[in-house]
Amino acid sequence: MQFWIIQGLNSLSLGGLLFLLSSGFSLIFGLMRLANLTHGAFFMLGTYFGATAMRAYGGLSIWAVALGAGVAVAAIGGLFERLVLTRLKTNPLGQVLVTLGMSFIISDACLVLWGGDSIPVPTPQSLRSPTRFFGFVFPTYRLVLVGCAIAAAISLYLLLERTRLGAMIRAGVDDGQMARAVGIPVSNLFTIVFCLGAGIAGAGGVLGGPILSAYPGLDGDMLPLALIVVILGGIGSLLGAFIGSFIVGFIYTFGTALFPELAYIILFLPMILVLAFRPQGLLGHLGA
Amino acid sequence: MKWIAAVLFAAVLVLLPSFAGDFYINLASQILIAAIFALSLNLLVGFGGMTSLGHASFLGVAAYISALLTSRYGFAHGPAAIVSIAGTTAMAAVFGVIALRASGLGFLMITLALSQVLWGLAYRMSNVTNGDNGIAGLTRPMPFGASLDSAASFYWFALAVASVAFLMMTTFVSSSFGSSLKGVRDQPRRMAALGFNPWMIRWITFIYAGFWGGVSGLLYVYYNKYIHPSSLSTTSSAEALLGVIAGGSGTLSGPIVGATLVLLLKNYASAYVERWNMLLGVVFLFIVLVMPTGIVPGLSKLQSRGRRSQ
Repeated sequence: MQFWIIQGLNSLSLGGLLFLLSSGFSLIFGLMRLANLTHGAFFMLGTYFGATAMRAYGGLSIWAVALGAGVAVAAIGGLFERLVLTRLKTNPLGQVLVTLGMSFIISDACLVLWGGDSIPVPTPQSLRSPTRFFGFVFPTYRLVLVGCAIAAAISLYLLLERTRLGAMIRAGVDDGQMARAVGIPVSNLFTIVFCLGAGIAGAGGVLGGPILSAYPGLDGDMLPLALIVVILGGIGSLLGAFIGSFIVGFIYTFGTALFPELAYIILFLPMILVLAFRPQGLLGHLGA
Repeated sequence: MKWIAAVLFAAVLVLLPSFAGDFYINLASQILIAAIFALSLNLLVGFGGMTSLGHASFLGVAAYISALLTSRYGFAHGPAAIVSIAGTTAMAAVFGVIALRASGLGFLMITLALSQVLWGLAYRMSNVTNGDNGIAGLTRPMPFGASLDSAASFYWFALAVASVAFLMMTTFVSSSFGSSLKGVRDQPRRMAALGFNPWMIRWITFIYAGFWGGVSGLLYVYYNKYIHPSSLSTTSSAEALLGVIAGGSGTLSGPIVGATLVLLLKNYASAYVERWNMLLGVVFLFIVLVMPTGIVPGLSKLQSRGRRSQ
């Protein structure tokens, strides 16, 4: 029983991390029609920033570090968007290729800067002791992580549905040309959303650090999971990314625990089922 | 003029081992393998409008099947090659069904996800694939009893295969089927209205591209006598895609030029800098920003401009 509960919690926390990664990916795709293949690299960059900051200043709280790393990664993302992606507005294929090139550059730069060994990110002192609940023992940090993902989901939802900025983003997603015509600065929105997505990924990288630790190839491990989440949930849909993250979190965790060698193949199954019966994803629109 | 140049070029290719050293012959063999791979990807990217980021799946899987069958299950090279190509082609048929549920960026993401899954599998299933150590100690086949162990003999073997591949893919593209493929790329709805089945045309092309990807994978494993999960990685797919785009997608010779450049860059640059991946990324940015249509279309544009001014 303990096994199932622990694995269930692990699934939830991986799902939470995946949401932090894929929500930004999905937002960017929805607004800019851009498959941002740098997203895994942004996540990894966040983890490395976090690992370095926590090692240099032991007393820092992980929340402050996550915020700082999120802002730093958002700044890098914003620069990339402004300097490179805006030049390729009429060339969607070129944009994808450039994000791929950028992901190679970032991951190789990480290898140069931080070397090939994995760097652990310490779990915060206050969250180290396990939580007891109905006689079962839970690692507290993972519970907190699930809470973070839910909080992020709610804030993103409120941002999109309840603010002026969110209304402009939704208008841009639904009909970019029309939004431009009524005076919404869509290219500024592009930068904002790209920064936001990169920032969430970077902060998520820090928060995922205590579980995953920073290692070369982390980007390559996370990106396909995010892609599968987005294919499952429907491109451009926040709720779809939320549901898809937890589905993938469960399948990947239980797959790894029960059939360690086949976990990657088991990931295929939901993707194939969804593509067969709902190619637009669980909650996607056909047009997206 | 064109014919004389072509004959001269062919003669240089055939006679290359008589005047070049082993290093250059081996480099040429690698170029031939990369060229077949890039040509097969170009069927999808250039002529079909389907940008795949998972083409290394076919190269890697064909190589792994052949490596496993010959080294572990005692297959002779002939049957192993047949099983490996048949298996890779069948896999392309299945992947095609999955990936062609989407188009455009969705197609790209699905092919990327599928190939990353295979890459992860090659790494993790270490009792089958030997994981990060790869499978070493492989042999080259002996077609009709001739040994391919010398650089020159392998080069001629690769040249023969590459020539057949080039001819067959050229025929494929210039056939009426190839025209309908280009039609589906440019105007899928009109083609459907004319009674063509766009999905079927794309699927057949996907399988055909997978088949030639598999052939290049066989040559790859014969040449290296070693296979490692990195041959399935995104980097490997991206190198080929860069070759196609740098050379000029949708042209017949573009991918060959592009693949040659990428391979030369990789070989020469890695002698000076260790950071191939970073360089690859920079070259990607450069090509996309500076010459998005590729080298071959750019050159022919220059040529036609020159003619007009004369």
